[in-house]
This record gives sequence, structure tokens and C-alpha cells, in this order.
Amino acid sequence: MLGKTANGLFWLFRYLERAENTARLIETGQRIALTRMGDSAAEWRSVLQSAGVWPAFEAAKGEVTKEAAINWLLRDRGNSSSVYSCICSARQNARLVRTALTGDMWEAINSAYMNAQDNLSRQVAERDLPGCLRTLRQNTSLVRGMTHGTMLRGERYDFARLGTFLERADNTARILDVKYYVLLPTARAVGSALDNVQWETILRSVAARGGFRMEYGADSGPRDITHFLILDQRLPRSLAFCAAQLQENLRSLNAGNAHPSDAMRKLDYINRKYLAHEVDAIFEYGLHEYITEIIALLADLAQEIEREYRFYE
Amino acid sequence: MSDPMHLHIKHTTRYSFSGPVTYGLQQLRKTPKTTRAQQVLNWTTSIENGRKEADFTDHHNNAVELVSFDRDTTELTVTSQGEVVLEDVSGVLGRHLGPAPLWLYEQATRRTEAKSGARALIRKVDAPDPLDRLHALSQTIRDSVAFQVGASEPSWSAEDAITHGKGVCQDHTHIFLACARAMGFPARYVSGYLMLDDRTAQEAMHAWAEAHVDALGWVGFDISNGISPDTRYVRVATGLDYADAAPITGTRIGGPEERLEVEIDVTQQ
Amino acid sequence: MPSDPFFDEMWGTEKTLRDPYATFHQWFDAEDPSRLRAKQRECEDLFRLTGITFNVYGRAEAEERLIPFDIIPRILSGNEFFKLSRGIEQRVRAINAFLHDIYHKQEIVKAGRLPAEMIARNDAFLPHMIGVEPPGGVYTHIVGIDIVRTGPGEFFVLEDNARTPSGVSYMLENRETMLQMFPELFSRNRVQPVQNYPTNLRRSLAACAPAGTKDAPVVAVLTPGIYNSAYFEHAFLADQMGVELVEGHDLRVVDGRVAMRTTCGYKPIDVLYRRVDDDFLDPLNFNPDSQLGVAGIMDVYRAGGITIANAPGTGIADDKAIYSYMPEIVEFYTGEQPLLPNVPTWRCSEADDLAYVREHLAELVVKEVHGSGGYGMLVGPAASKKEIADFARKLDARPSNYIAQPTLSLSTVPTFTAKGLSPRHVDLRPFVLVNPNGIQVTPGGLTRVALKKGSLVVNSSQGGGTKDTWVLED
Repeated sequence: MLGKTANGLFWLFRYLERAENTARLIETGQRIALTRMGDSAAEWRSVLQSAGVWPAFEAAKGEVTKEAAINWLLRDRGNSSSVYSCICSARQNARLVRTALTGDMWEAINSAYMNAQDNLSRQVAERDLPGCLRTLRQNTSLVRGMTHGTMLRGERYDFARLGTFLERADNTARILDVKYYVLLPTARAVGSALDNVQWETILRSVAARGGFRMEYGADSGPRDITHFLILDQRLPRSLAFCAAQLQENLRSLNAGNAHPSDAMRKLDYINRKYLAHEVDAIFEYGLHEYITEIIALLADLAQEIEREYRFYE
Repeated sequence: MSDPMHLHIKHTTRYSFSGPVTYGLQQLRKTPKTTRAQQVLNWTTSIENGRKEADFTDHHNNAVELVSFDRDTTELTVTSQGEVVLEDVSGVLGRHLGPAPLWLYEQATRRTEAKSGARALIRKVDAPDPLDRLHALSQTIRDSVAFQVGASEPSWSAEDAITHGKGVCQDHTHIFLACARAMGFPARYVSGYLMLDDRTAQEAMHAWAEAHVDALGWVGFDISNGISPDTRYVRVATGLDYADAAPITGTRIGGPEERLEVEIDVTQQ
Repeated sequence: MPSDPFFDEMWGTEKTLRDPYATFHQWFDAEDPSRLRAKQRECEDLFRLTGITFNVYGRAEAEERLIPFDIIPRILSGNEFFKLSRGIEQRVRAINAFLHDIYHKQEIVKAGRLPAEMIARNDAFLPHMIGVEPPGGVYTHIVGIDIVRTGPGEFFVLEDNARTPSGVSYMLENRETMLQMFPELFSRNRVQPVQNYPTNLRRSLAACAPAGTKDAPVVAVLTPGIYNSAYFEHAFLADQMGVELVEGHDLRVVDGRVAMRTTCGYKPIDVLYRRVDDDFLDPLNFNPDSQLGVAGIMDVYRAGGITIANAPGTGIADDKAIYSYMPEIVEFYTGEQPLLPNVPTWRCSEADDLAYVREHLAELVVKEVHGSGGYGMLVGPAASKKEIADFARKLDARPSNYIAQPTLSLSTVPTFTAKGLSPRHVDLRPFVLVNPNGIQVTPGGLTRVALKKGSLVVNSSQGGGTKDTWVLED
């Protein structure tokens, strides 16, 4: 397949994943605002940070208000990571690699785009926000479903998956990076109302609230949350889960070669150094340092994939 | 008529780039033609830091080679050499052989458009016989536009050189082509080697013109030297203007600045 | 009441139902118009969802637009189309022979049948092709011949598209849409299929691979990119053929071949179906500023390392000034009388013709010799006095840039409008594939329809739409 096509598929799925993650962050922020625990402006600021768009927002808009933050995250074309921008970019990439998509996939992407155009071209009223976000989630899920159901399992599928899981791992890591301090074991009494809200925020941001309570019980705290989000292979948004998926697709791409690819070596390093320990070891190492390093290594891995598979000349 | 001349030619071009070239191609027109006036005994092209991708004969019957750069090259050297035997034909090449139709050589190009300067030169030319008219044209051009090394830019058109009143052999040739075509003669550009009497090492290829006269066919005119090509002239490439006959045409990605060194050695055997 | 001056393909000139439409008409009569209106809307949604759009030239943000689709098919009998396709085959044979001649010995010029300046002064003539033998001897692999009709048996060639005929994706998608919307129509009428076109195209291109190609030839489609007006078609054809869709920056010369950058290195291409114009094809040999082409592809081509379809320089054959010589061209190369006539054409480069045209501007259609897409033309009967006067000035400034034709009484086909069926003018572009083994005309083609009442301009850029075109099994 063409290097350009691999590139297009990779980014198509990165953008779709990013659109969905950002939509989820908006939902979480809105939820917190509604429960009126804590400082709303600070919460929105941390949502913007988790989405990786804080510096751009600050430069463009300055003061944080709920409306400004939601608008920036949801539909501002000046923000290349807004949900709307992501959907547009995903569709642009889909047009570029049209021949690598099944008709069903293309139609699902195109209809997600047309819906986004209808719903996001104007400011979204607060009462319409939940419905709007639900539609977005359903649209991106339809693309994922069509991909799962109709795409040949081969190189093309592998690049689509690599884009998805690199973006997702990066997203989860960034949420942890912004909120790591609420997970640190401190002398402060744990389980205060504020802490509970913060933990809740993190779990909601990765759509993992229900599963967590079920698996870790009512008394679980920050140590368990950290374990869940980083090391639990069962959670589809955990770093360990994403790494396992990346490994599978990199292996499949490298099938037939006697030696592991450079990208596989890099991923293997991440696995061995960062994902093969107990959660206590992570705290001992320093949660913040740990997360910062993982984010850098994931970016490096993405670059290695671009280079190795000739995305560009 | 002089005796046949046996020449050995070595032509090296060395491009040095200020940074690595990630990708580049060069089209070479450096192989002399075999015609009734000259016979190429042997000819080789060797390339350092590059490779030959393709070769073909173009519509002016030029032998063309396409060369690609090795990855991250900072210097590319192309050396062409061989031996040629020349017969004196008094500058007359004879009838048009193609493959391009003769009318193609009546067409002006960007560099050879006959504008007011060229038309003024044409008005000075007056002779009843076509061949005499062309000789007179050559003389008029040499009188009006001084030969001066380094006086012009390679991209100059005939009109640019006329305006500046100076130029090199390329400019003289372009002016001649512009005027001859405007006067109704098919005409073409020739790039080639010229054996000099006083030295063997040279800095550049030479250029002259050929015009088609019904009675004789193609006839050569070295405007800069005011003579017809003889056995010291080796024809390499022809075309409508310099762009068609240039020894090297290239394109590249990377290597922002380039420096070119040319070594040409023409020796009588 | 006087009969309509136009020939209607369903009703003739005497309001009697013509045979090819008999079954269709029966069906239509029994249909509820509101159901059809709903179907028409459904078609639009379907086109939008599948992304069958074109980008409008000259807009800052490439705007994607739908070409309106009309649900009433245009129906030809098998016999009508058979006659038409024989004429088209003959013409395409002549065009390829003409191109070979023009780039070699120019016998037609030597024989005095075509003035040398028609070639010499023609921007579409590509000197780089002189003496080149294209693989398989084919110059124009994919041709679209624009046909207009004025009566039951009166077909004329309006234009030859020998460089990059577009629209074939609409032919295919229109049929696909009709099959989805009105399956019952296809069980009542036996319509010759068009769906094999992509497979035939791939086979036809593969059959033109350079000599010495081993194994299955690698075919690719070269597009200028997603902002090109016909990008949808480029992607569609690549997808339907199952070949790669490449852009200039995916390609480079490697080991004497043109190769595409894949995830595991460069892979050579044998046949490139290019949808990039000559001038932009090769920055080394043509326009040095082109970002759309492949440096050195002409060198590889001339060395015999790749097939370019259509061959560079084929534009000389679909030039409108050359068009006026097509009857001579057909006769010269085939030794036969042309089966399909030209529309009578005045060449404004000739003094007598120009004088006539100047006198009759209000009745004529005047076109630019190199124009396309309906731009830069004058439709005399529809133009205002001022428009005619303005155009006369342009004509006087560069007469050789124009040809003129009579305003043709283009046939009409009923079209579904808010008020029910209403006649609209149409033309037809059948698509032709050429390879060393023969010439294939796809049964049908693209019917373009001028949706505005009374309008004769069918171009999509000027408010035209399309229809599915049926050729019945007789």
C-alpha cells in the first residue's frame, strides 16, 4: 500500500478518536459544573489542559468561562483539536484514502461529517448539548463498527488501529498528567468530598466509572484508580490495553520479517520499562515523571511509525 | 577543404551543494551526434554519486540521459569523454532529416521572440541571395552586440541581449535564431565543443546556429566568431533554443545552494 | 397548434409515444407523483452520502456540489445505439491514426488535407512526442465523444474528448442509483449493463503495458489531489478498478521506472492513468513550477519504461479547430465516409468564415478553440445585444481563437419537474476504451441535461444535470 495511504488512515483514526475523547471531556466538564463542587473556572481549565488545548485557548480567548471553554472544545475552527475540526480533518483524510475504505466506512464517516456540519455550525445551546454529544458519540461509534465489520484485516486495518490506540493512549496519559496530584498518597485525609469529585472526574473522562466500582469496590481510592488507568488490561482506555493493541498491529505489519521493526523495539521498551511493574513501583518512581516520560515515548513511537512506513518522503 | 580532424574530448561537470540533496534528477545532453560531418568513434559517460536511470533520443535527435542523485549527495560529478572524427563540409549539414518536421524550427520560443530590437537588426540586412542574407545577419549581430564573457545571464532572451548591447555566444545565437525565423528561415540552436588553437582547457561549451536554406539544407553560422563551423566544431545537441540543447537540466530537493565547476578539454589526436 | 420544433425522444415531434419508451411510460403512468418526488429527494440524499460531488473551480474553499440527478432515464433502442457506436468506433480509430501520423510523418499535412499551421500554431501540439512510439501504438486509451441529436436518426458529433474525458463515474453511479431506487423498472426493461466498465478499463489499460512487462501489469490512477474538481471520479475509478490512487509526490523515478512510495519501499508502475494535464505532468520537461507531476516521467516514457494513458500530446486531436477537419481526418485514415457527421463549423481563422460569423452572431454558438466546460462561449440566441457586442470585440481581437456553429435544435427528453414531466434538452457522452486488441464502446454513456427550461447549455458548471442512459436489448 502507499505510504500516503498509511498516513491518511493513521490520521483519520487519530482524529476520530480525538473527536470522541474531546466530546467525552466536554461531558465530564459539564457534569462537574452542574454538581457545583469545586471551582468551575479551574475545572474547565483542567479540562482544556487534558485536551491539550490550554495554551491555544489562553492565547485566543483569555478568560475561562464555561461557554467559552465548551465552544472552543466543541466547534471552534481556530482550535485544530475541537470536535468539529477533528471530524473535518478525519473526513478530509478519508477523502484522501477513499480507495482504502469500504463503502460502508466512507458513508459512516461522511454522515458523521454531515451531522457535525448540521449540529455544530452554530453555537450549541446548553439544553441541546447532551443530545448533540450523544449524536457525536454514536456517529464515531458507527464508523468504528463499520471498520470492525467490513474492513479487511491487513496492513490498512493495522494503520487504522495504530492511529486509534496511539491517540487513545496519549489521551489517557494526558488526563493523568493534568490530574496526577489528586492521585498522590498524601497525609491529607483521603475520601473528602472534593477528592471524590476529582476521582470521579478522572474516571468519567475515560468512560470507566461503572467498571471501576464493580471491580475495585466501594472503598477503592487513588492507588486503585492509577492501577486501573495504567495497568489494567481489561480497561479499553488503559495504557496497558492500548500498548497491547499497538503491539498486535505492529507485529502484524512486521509479519514475514525475521527481525522486529524499530517501532516494535520502541514499544517493547515502553512495555518493559513502564508497564511491567506494580502500581507501587510507579508511585515510588514518581507518578508525574512516569507520565511525562510515557507521553514523550508515545510521541517518539508515532514518529518512528511515520518514518518506518514512509508516510512522507 | 582541410583534412579530417581527430579530436579527444573530456567534459567534467561537478556540482557541489551547500547541504545534502535528498532527491534530484539531471537530464544530460552531452553526447555528440553522428552526422555526415562528424563520426563519434567512442563516447562514455561516468557518474559519481549518481546513477543513470534512462536514456533515449529526443525529438531533435539528441542523445539524452537521465541521471538521479544518490540519497544525501553533496557533490555530483558527471564526466563525458570520447573521440570524434570531423570532416570539413564548409558548414553545410545538408537536407533536413527529422524526426521533427522542418516547420518546428520556424517557431519562436520565449528566448527567441523577434521584438523591436531584433526587427531593427533585420532591417539592416540587405542581400538578394538567402545565404548572403544570413551571413549579413550574422555580421550585423556581431557588430551590434559585443561579445563579452560574463556579460549576460543564462536566462536572457535575444531581446535582453540586444537591449544590453552585449552577450556571449548563447546570446548571439538566440538573436540569430529570432531574426532568421522572422525572416522566414527555419533555424536551430547548436551546443557543442570548439577546438581552440592556442589551448586545450576550456570553461564552457560553445554555441552557434544553423539555418535552413532551400538550396543547401542546414548551414552553420558561428556568429560570435564570424565564421562557418569547420572541423574544429563538434555538434552535440540541437534545439529551438538553449533550453532544448542545454548540456544539463536539473531539478532537486534539498541542497539550497549549488556551485558548478566545469572542465572541458578538447585535444587534437 | 404547431408541433414543437424540437425532437423529443419520448414523444417525437408529433406527440406519439416512441417505442423505446413504451414500457417505461406504462410504468410512469401508474406511479404516484408524490412517491416519485420522495424518490427524487432520496436520490439526492444518497448522492450526498456517497459523496458523489464535484468541486467548483475558482472558489477559495473548494466547495463540494452535487450535480443534479433526474430520475427519468434517457432511453435508446439497441439498434439506435449500435449505429451510433459504429460511427464512434470509426472516429476513434481515425483519431488514433491521426495522432500517430501527426507525431511521425505528417502524411495528412503532406497530402494537403490539413494545413500545417493547424498543427504548427497549436498549443496542444507537443513536440516532445515527435517520434515517440507509445506502447501498443495507442495514443488515446479513454475517449468521450459528445453526441447531440436533432431527429430520429440524426446524430452529430459535437466534440471529441481525447485527453481526459470525465464523467464516467456519473454514468456508473446514475445506474447504481436507479437500480436501488427503481429495481422494478429493470425487471420490466432489459437494459444493457454498464457496470463492467471499471473491469474493462483496467483490462484495457493493462493490455497497453510497455513491451516486456512480466506478470500482471501494475496500473495506477494519477490525480492532481483532493481539491481537483473531478477528484471524486479519480478516487471512484481507482477504487472500482482496485488500483492505487497516486499523486505526484507519491511517485519518483527509481531504477529507470516510475515508482510509487509504498510502506515497504518503491514499487514500479507499468500503466499510469493520469488525470493531470500535459503541462503539469513533468516539471523537468514541462512547467517547472508544477507540483502535481513527476519529474522525469517523460524521460522514462520515451525510454519505454511506462505507459501514460492518455498519451501526452493527445489534446491536439480534441482541439476545436482540428474538430472542423474531422470529416477529412476520418476519410483520410479509414478510407471510409464518416458514419457520424460533424456539426457544421465555421473557422473564424478563415476570412470568409469570420465575415459570416460576424454577420450572424445572434444566431450562432461561438466557442473558444481551447475552451471547455462551457466557459468563454457565446450562445447567440440567448445573449443580449451588449453581450454580443462585447463578444464581437473579443472575436475581432483574436479570430483564430474561435469557431462558430449553428444553434442546434438539441433533442429533448422528459424530465421530472415540480409540474410533472417537462421536456429538457440533452446531449450524450458515450465512453470508449481503446487497446491494441480493439475498441469498446460502453452501451449508454453520460446524458447531460439542461435543467433550465429552454436552455441549451448542459455543462454541470452552468446548471446542467444528468440522467441515467439506457440502451435496451432489442
